[in-house]
Amino acid sequence: MVDELLFFMEVVVGGLLAGTMYSLVALGFVLIFKASATFNFSQGAMVFFSVLAFCGFMQDFNIPFVLAFILAALLMVVVGLCTERFVLRPLMNASEDTVLMATIGLGYVLEGLAQAAWGVEVRRLDLGIGDFPVPWIADNLKLFISALDIFAGLVAALMIIGLFLLFKYTKIGLGLRAVADDAGAASSIGIPLKHIMLLVWSAAGVVALVAGCMWGARAGVQFALVDLALKALPVLIIGGFSSIPGAIIGGLIIGATEKVLEVYIGPFFGGAIEGWAPYVLAIFFLLYRPEGLFGEKIIRRV
Amino acid sequence: MKPIFMTYTKKDLINLAVCMVLSVLVIPTFITTEYWYTSILIPWLCLALATIGQQIVMGYTGQLALGAAGFMAAGAFAMFNLILRVPDLGFVGSLIVSGLIAAAFGILFGLPSLKVRGIYLMVATLASQFFIIWMIDKFGWFKNYDSSGIITAQDIVILGKPFTTPLAMYFVCLAVTTVLTLLAMNMARGSTGRNWMAVRDMDIAAESMGVSLLKTKVQAFAISAFYCGVAGALFAFCYLKSLEPVAFDIKLSFKILFMCILGGLGTINGAFIGAAFILLFPVFLNAVGNNVFHGAIDATIISSIEQVIFGGLMIIFMIYEPLGMAKLWENIKQKWKTKISSTNLKSSLSKKT
Repeated sequence: MVDELLFFMEVVVGGLLAGTMYSLVALGFVLIFKASATFNFSQGAMVFFSVLAFCGFMQDFNIPFVLAFILAALLMVVVGLCTERFVLRPLMNASEDTVLMATIGLGYVLEGLAQAAWGVEVRRLDLGIGDFPVPWIADNLKLFISALDIFAGLVAALMIIGLFLLFKYTKIGLGLRAVADDAGAASSIGIPLKHIMLLVWSAAGVVALVAGCMWGARAGVQFALVDLALKALPVLIIGGFSSIPGAIIGGLIIGATEKVLEVYIGPFFGGAIEGWAPYVLAIFFLLYRPEGLFGEKIIRRV
Repeated sequence: MKPIFMTYTKKDLINLAVCMVLSVLVIPTFITTEYWYTSILIPWLCLALATIGQQIVMGYTGQLALGAAGFMAAGAFAMFNLILRVPDLGFVGSLIVSGLIAAAFGILFGLPSLKVRGIYLMVATLASQFFIIWMIDKFGWFKNYDSSGIITAQDIVILGKPFTTPLAMYFVCLAVTTVLTLLAMNMARGSTGRNWMAVRDMDIAAESMGVSLLKTKVQAFAISAFYCGVAGALFAFCYLKSLEPVAFDIKLSFKILFMCILGGLGTINGAFIGAAFILLFPVFLNAVGNNVFHGAIDATIISSIEQVIFGGLMIIFMIYEPLGMAKLWENIKQKWKTKISSTNLKSSLSKKT
C-alpha cells in the first residue's frame, strides 16, 4: 500500500515538474497575448529557432556557454524587432484571425531559417545537469525525481517571480498593462506602442530560449520541439490566455494529469495517450469554463 | 446572369466544358510520362479536394480548424477496412461510406465550435488530429493486425474492371473531384452556403435572421470532414498506394491550411490554385537547385528555403491580399476587362468623330 502511494506520488511529482516545461513555453504565449491580444502561434518555432541558434553558436563556432546564451538572446531581440516592423505593424488594424494566420506563417519562416542555417540533424545540448534521479531525494524520500526537472522547476519559478515584479512594480510593466487593456488609449496618453511591442517580443524570445534549453537538454534539439510546444496550447486554455500564474498552474495540471492518465489508464488502451489527452482535457475546459482558470472573461462566446 | 441548371450559369457551364476538354482530352493525349500523373496530377486533385473541405469550414463558415489530415486518415483507413471486410460495397460505395465515417468524426470534433471560436477552436480541432491518428495506430483492428506499420492499399476495382495504371487512377480522381467540386459550388451558392457565410460574417446577426448556428456549424464540419475523408481515401489509394498513419500527421494539416489560405479563403477555385502552388513550388525549386546550381545546394537547405518562402508568402498575403491568389487572379481579369472595354470605347468614339 505504502509502495503504491509512493509510486503515485512519484508519478504526480514527475508530472508536475515535467509540466513546468510546458509552463515555460506557455509563458511566452501569455506575454505576447497580454500586451497585444495577439495569439503568437510561432512561439513553438521561436523555441526551436532560439535553442538551435544557441547550440549552433556553441558547437559550430566554439563560443563559450554564457556568451553563446547572450548572443542567442540578442538574436531573439532582433527577431522581435523584425516581427514588430514587418509583421505586426502592417497588420495593426487587421482582425485577430488574420494576425493569427500571419504568425503561423512567421513560425514557418523561423523553422525554415533555423534549419537552413544550422542543419536538420538532432543536436545534443548539455547544460551540466543530468537527466537522472537525484540520489539524495531517492535515498531519503524514496522518490525518483530527475535533477533536470527540479532545475526546470526552479528556473520557471524564478522567471515567474521576475515577470511578476516587472508587470506589477515597474513603469514598463504599467505601460504593458495599459497597452494590453486598450492599445489606442494607451498610445494617446503617450505610451510608445512600438517600444512596448519590441520589449514584449524580445522578452517572449528570451523565455523561448530558456524553454528551449530545458526541452533541448531532455529530448535533444530537434524539429520535434515545435510539436511539443503545441502542447502549450491546452495549457493556455486551462490557465487562461492572459494570466501568468495561469500558465504555470495550467502547465502543472497538464503535466500531472497526462502522466497519471498515462500510467494508470494508458495501459488499457495500448499507451501513448499523452499525445491527445491534454487536448481532450482542454476541450472539457472550453465547454465549461472557456476563459480558463485565471483568464479574464473577455472571450467572445459564440 | 440567370442560372440555367441548379445554380450554374452559362459562364459556369462553359468553364466546366473547357476544364473537361482540357482534363479528359488534352492532358491524356499530350502528357504521356507517368511521373506527371503519379507525382503531380493525382496528388493535386486529392489535395485540392481536401482543401475544398478546409475551405467549407474555414473559408465559408469562418471557423478556424486545423485537423484536415486527421479526417483524411479516418477516410483512408475506413476505405481500407470497408474494402477488406465489406467487399460487396464496391469502390464507389466504400468511398461514400468512408466519407460518411469521416463526417461522423467531423460532427464529434466540430461540436466545440458551438461554444468557442478562433484559436480556442483550433486547439479543439487539434485534439481530433492527434486522437484519430493515435486511435488508428494503437488499435490493430484498423490496420488488420499488420505489424509492419505500412499496409499496401488494395487495387481499385470498379464494376469488375481494375483501375491500376496511373492514367486510370487519374481518371478515377478526376471523376470524384469533378462531381464533388460541382456539388460544393452548388452548396456554396445555394441557401446552405448563404447560411455558412452569414455565420462567418456575423453570427449574432445570422442567428437573429433565423439561421440556426447549431445546424449550420455542425453541417459545415460534417461536410468538410466528408470531403477530407474522401480526399484521404483517394490520397491513400491512388497516390500513396499504402496506408500509414504517419502520412497524415499534423504537417499535412498545416499544408492543407496553407493551400486554403494562400489559394484564397472562401473560394472553390482558390482550393485548386493553392494546392497547385504548394505542390508545384517545391518541384520548381528542386529543378532550379539541380539545373542552375547543379546540385551545389543541399536538398535539406532547399526544403528549408521552401518553408521560409511559404511562411513569408503567408505573411505577405495576410498584409496585402488576405483573400489570396484567387483574388489576385480575379483582379488581373478585372483589369484586363476594363482595358479592353476602354479601348473599345475609345475606338467607337473615334469612329463617331
